[in-house]
Amino acid sequence: MARSVKKGPYVAGYLLKKAEKARASTRNEVIKTWSRASTILPQFIGLTFGVYNGQKFIPVLVTDNMVGHKLGEFAPTRTFQQHTVAGGDKTASKG
Amino acid sequence: MARIEGVNIPTEKVVGIALTYVHGIGRPTAVKILQEANVPWGKRVNALTEDELNRIRDTIKATCKVEGELRRDVAMTIKRLMDLGCYRGLRHRKGLPARGQRTRTNARTRKGPRKTIAGKKLATKK
Repeated sequence: MARSVKKGPYVAGYLLKKAEKARASTRNEVIKTWSRASTILPQFIGLTFGVYNGQKFIPVLVTDNMVGHKLGEFAPTRTFQQHTVAGGDKTASKG
Repeated sequence: MARIEGVNIPTEKVVGIALTYVHGIGRPTAVKILQEANVPWGKRVNALTEDELNRIRDTIKATCKVEGELRRDVAMTIKRLMDLGCYRGLRHRKGLPARGQRTRTNARTRKGPRKTIAGKKLATKK
């Protein structure tokens, strides 16, 4: 179910502050964050976020049509290992 | 013969049903259109006057996206998601369900017919 409009978009408070700071200082630094659930706001455009995927920080450069999505959508948490070719060895199956 | 929104030629059915032959119009939308156009739902298409047909055409033009325009819109949305590199886009690229459904079993609508893997052991039941 969609979030109530009354509340406004969810963004972690510290992220907003950091984003403001990053925009004030012109040099583009990666803002590391664990807050994958935070919505991307229009004022984030042009910033780079390091979105944690459970293992490392994935750099995400925010472009204008990303607005409204969540940061986590751009940092996949699962890696799919290729299935082995038919009749091949059992490396794909669990040991 | 009645032509509504391009190629669609609903026949001697009741208008409310005949309209659903247009891509993008289902039964609720058909009812709404007919109310707006002031045409009785139960009238047969071949019994419609030219004036009534035109009223229906005008309301469809004014109120909803149908056929080519709708298809283009959907395709554009999917393309946008894919170009964005977001999770839903990735799922579309891989042809897997995009709304968090399970894929261990089922999901055949998206994945297509089963591809049997030779020599794969079946899961043993305990």
